[in-house]
Amino acid sequence: MKRVGISQEFFGGMRAMAPLTVAVIPIGLVFGAVAASKGLSSFEATLMSVLVFAGGSQFVAMDIWTHPASWGALAFSALLVNIRHVLMSASIGTKMPAFSGPAKYAAMLLLADEIWAMAEVRAGENRLTPAWYAGLAVPFYCVWVLASLAGAAAGAFLGDPEAIGLDFAFPAVFTVLVMGFWKGRDTGAVLAASATAAVLAHQFLPGVWYIAAGAAAGVAATLVTNRHQEACA
Amino acid sequence: MTLDLDTFLAIVAMAVATVLTRMAGLLVIRFVAIGPQQKRALEAIPPAVLMAVIAPTALATGPAETLATVATALAAMRLPLLAAVAIGVFVVAVARALIGA
Repeated sequence: MKRVGISQEFFGGMRAMAPLTVAVIPIGLVFGAVAASKGLSSFEATLMSVLVFAGGSQFVAMDIWTHPASWGALAFSALLVNIRHVLMSASIGTKMPAFSGPAKYAAMLLLADEIWAMAEVRAGENRLTPAWYAGLAVPFYCVWVLASLAGAAAGAFLGDPEAIGLDFAFPAVFTVLVMGFWKGRDTGAVLAASATAAVLAHQFLPGVWYIAAGAAAGVAATLVTNRHQEACA
Repeated sequence: MTLDLDTFLAIVAMAVATVLTRMAGLLVIRFVAIGPQQKRALEAIPPAVLMAVIAPTALATGPAETLATVATALAAMRLPLLAAVAIGVFVVAVARALIGA
């Protein structure tokens, strides 16, 4: 009886996630193809998807990839790009009473944006169980890894991604994600401060410091506008 | 099927950094009370980081990239992710061909 319940939960999560699991296929293909164009082997590109499993930071890594790879710069940029996970795991962590302590931490290993969003929706309307979460996360993860592998294997034959604009796919994905974070004028201040600081730092500083500069300027902007509003209120 | 040592170290370092961010939230809610000010700062981080990543491409690379970024942003207001990305890629390819960049 309990077994049936668990598999029902698993397939329920899998069904809820299906549209996003399909949508991640082309993104994984593009990641693999660009990784190949940056000189990563199919094995290396796939290994990154297996171990990192965070599309945004993998795209950024390809943007700043050097030979030989600079692990400090890449780890630092992954930390910065993925710092949003802290807030996401803090939020979903309060909605997991059905999970044991270790299960909670295991679940966080697969906390990608899409999985987090679907888990939040589920927790809002029903009890979020480990089986449902696994149905959500595991197929999505496997598809991401396989799509990366296929993209990397095909990428070697695709040729120069710049000629067909494929190198712009990552900045385009980020642009769409930025638009998704829009919450009014405050966001405008954050984006303007971040863009200004990033362009200046990119011009005058080496490496990926422009990401840290933009992040710091954006956070400073939101705290300053908040203080201003409080002073006016 | 090759694995370069520097590449392997970089991938492991990225994985460790990413796992830390995924676990940190659970530790935060165990030990820290997040007030409105802390919440605002954390909420500003994702758009600030993403904007910083695209800013050099969007604003300081060339007219084709700037045009394509604007097209993608406008498309994102109405269309799903993949359609908006496809439009951005199409615009940058056409603009580069026309401008000759």
